[in-house]
Amino acid sequence: MRSAVLDPGGTTTPPLARRIAALLLLALTSITLLLVATPARAQGPVASATAACVADAATGCIVGTLRTAAGEPVVGAVLDVVGPAGDLTATSDATGRWSVAVTEAGEYEVTLDVATIPAGETLRDPANNPRTVAVALGASQAALFPLGAPAGGGGGGDTGDEPSDSPTTDAEGGAAVPETPGSTGSGVTAARVAQLTVNGLVFGTLLALASVGLSLIYGTTGLSNFAHGEQVSLGGILAYVGTQLVGLPLIPSAIIAVALGAATGWLQDAGLWKPLRRRGVGMIQQMIVTIGLSMAISYVFQFFFGAGPLRIVTDTPTSVSIGPVRITTTTLWSLAIAAIVLGGVAFFLLGTRAGRATRAVADNPALAAASGISVNGMIRIVWTLGAGLAALGGVLIGLYFGATSWYSGGALLLLMFAAVTLGGLGAAFGALAGSIVIGLVVELSSLWIPTDMRYASALVILILVLLVRPQGILGRATRVG
Amino acid sequence: MDWTRILTNVAGEFFAPTTAAYALAAIGLNIHFGLTGLLNMGQAGFMLLGAYGFAIATIAGWPLWAAVLIAIAAATIFALILGIPTLKLRGDYLAIVTIAAAEIVRLVGRSTALTELTGASSGLRGNQYKDTFQDASPFDDGTWALGPFEYAVNASNSWWIRIVGWVVVALACLLVWLLIRSPWGRVLKGIREDEDAVRSLGKNVYSYKMQALVLGGVIGSLAGILYVLPRAVQPDSMGRSMTFFIWTILLLGGAATVFGPVLGSIIFWAVLAIVKLTLRDVVPTTILRSEQIEQFGWIIVGVALMVLIIFRPQGILGDKKELAINAH
Repeated sequence: MRSAVLDPGGTTTPPLARRIAALLLLALTSITLLLVATPARAQGPVASATAACVADAATGCIVGTLRTAAGEPVVGAVLDVVGPAGDLTATSDATGRWSVAVTEAGEYEVTLDVATIPAGETLRDPANNPRTVAVALGASQAALFPLGAPAGGGGGGDTGDEPSDSPTTDAEGGAAVPETPGSTGSGVTAARVAQLTVNGLVFGTLLALASVGLSLIYGTTGLSNFAHGEQVSLGGILAYVGTQLVGLPLIPSAIIAVALGAATGWLQDAGLWKPLRRRGVGMIQQMIVTIGLSMAISYVFQFFFGAGPLRIVTDTPTSVSIGPVRITTTTLWSLAIAAIVLGGVAFFLLGTRAGRATRAVADNPALAAASGISVNGMIRIVWTLGAGLAALGGVLIGLYFGATSWYSGGALLLLMFAAVTLGGLGAAFGALAGSIVIGLVVELSSLWIPTDMRYASALVILILVLLVRPQGILGRATRVG
Repeated sequence: MDWTRILTNVAGEFFAPTTAAYALAAIGLNIHFGLTGLLNMGQAGFMLLGAYGFAIATIAGWPLWAAVLIAIAAATIFALILGIPTLKLRGDYLAIVTIAAAEIVRLVGRSTALTELTGASSGLRGNQYKDTFQDASPFDDGTWALGPFEYAVNASNSWWIRIVGWVVVALACLLVWLLIRSPWGRVLKGIREDEDAVRSLGKNVYSYKMQALVLGGVIGSLAGILYVLPRAVQPDSMGRSMTFFIWTILLLGGAATVFGPVLGSIIFWAVLAIVKLTLRDVVPTTILRSEQIEQFGWIIVGVALMVLIIFRPQGILGDKKELAINAH
């Protein structure tokens, strides 16, 4: 049994009291962390949606409903309204509705922040964003931003930054990408393919931050950690607490979130997993423990922060256009941070003693222990590192999607597993490669299948990989059964 | 605090249709995990498929028996698709694939592209597919009262669904009891304890695992039908959490036992009802909003699952020597 190997002295069970104390410590820490946030909930920005605007003699309303190309409501999209009443923002609620109350009549410029609409969605008419509406007091004025394929093609000769209206879209798009029979909804255009490819690369890189930790933990302990998604949510939520409830600027609160996330990894191993390994609790049992943990943590999040989206930053990020691709500066920074951190992890694993020891433990724990490596010490490092990376991933993914929530990590968990399996369970660099592939698959599949089904495509890939090459892209071809 | 009301409600949970549905789903999972040692983390996917199969076939005008057959067929195909790539691999691959596949079913079901078929995220209303089941009842319409429990005879959350539900649960228990004693069941237990030993006896382990996966999945799909008959088919209410509840129920009652899943389901829902109703009465809504009480209940479930699997993996009825969870 692998767990016995990991802990040579595993036959001695520590006193029950100590074990329970450790568990309590873990529970207390997490509760304390969350309690810090609770008092503010009452006065803080609880409601994910702006209160609906009611027009009266002194108030005019600008309203709209945002729906994706597939007709799903867009939640958490941010609109910026500038006009005589000043600079206002609105966020779309769970039904996609948003509204702004203005106290002066006049012309208002409404800008939909394209970074906050779901990845893969584009404005049908980008030229119409921002748009200007005339508002009268005592009335509601609609400002609609239809989403869908841009009504302009990015074929060969497209020189403008913004796709422009062109009746020959389909022909051009058809030349760029082979026409798929039964392709649904919005057409396939070169600009859209480029945008989705970039989105996929970004999403994949951010996903890699989360899945490398999952893979490292699996590699060193053999544990499929179903609670890893909650570590990702934790990062996002802690950043939200820092910026929105405590009022810190983004960067310090992100650093604190990552540090606290890493600390929870350390505490988890010290208070829960190490005692379980000492006790000789088997891998399957430990896996079911992670499931219980995942359920408990995610409902703790929901208990304190509600089920709505939580926006880490509320101001509108600026976008830049590179060729046909629009990307926000925040995302560019996130990408740079992710690349540096992943490079750092690679250096740690390949270039440092501790990293080599970690890989040795992953390779053969018994041999590693025999050559004087502290197996439990390495596992502690891996848990801390993995949880910290997950927290960073949670913050950056929260920024990328515009909002985090109690379920943001849980929804990504299966993509992480798909990425890790695709790359080879336990191979850290495999997780990186797998994540990028999964990111691309998820984004590009929305060219052909409805956007709300795109995560399913990644899961189909997971099943296919297991059918064809169970050890994954970079896994060793050993018998896995 | 009104203890009579709380206790009446809790006693109502003992034989509620939901309790029966979860007991049945846990019996299916027991065939996977308790008997064969398969880690199916997607039992809710089987249930959702069964529910969709039944509801869509009924809405299309098929008779009751045909709709049930559709549900069974859907679960069988689903089990085959899941089993072929994973049953030759290590146990946790099946766990990852089943949890992913259940999520696929949910994502596809709630996709707006299939609104005409599945009603997307708002699901299918119960009234659209209840009629054939209610018409099959031999009783006259009206309400019956048994002590403090008064329900309609046939409509919706009825005595009829309770009777059918618990009869099905009883039949499933009988089936498991017979299986455990049969040569077939002994092979499954052998696979659970030591796959290689069974293989060396010349048994086709892969095929036995597949049969177990299909059988448990079909029972899961019937549980899905039972679950949605008194309510609606709501893909989001049949996601990962549901699978985890079923696991908690199975481990609470005792895996590899005949009555474990039934006992587990009754205790699970009764305890949850006690906790929620008491909190609702005792704690003012200014401190805990009603949805927070709901979430508090689920936090308890998660912690209970952890504590159970660590300290008493055999559950209430199980035998620790009988179930070697770590054989794989």
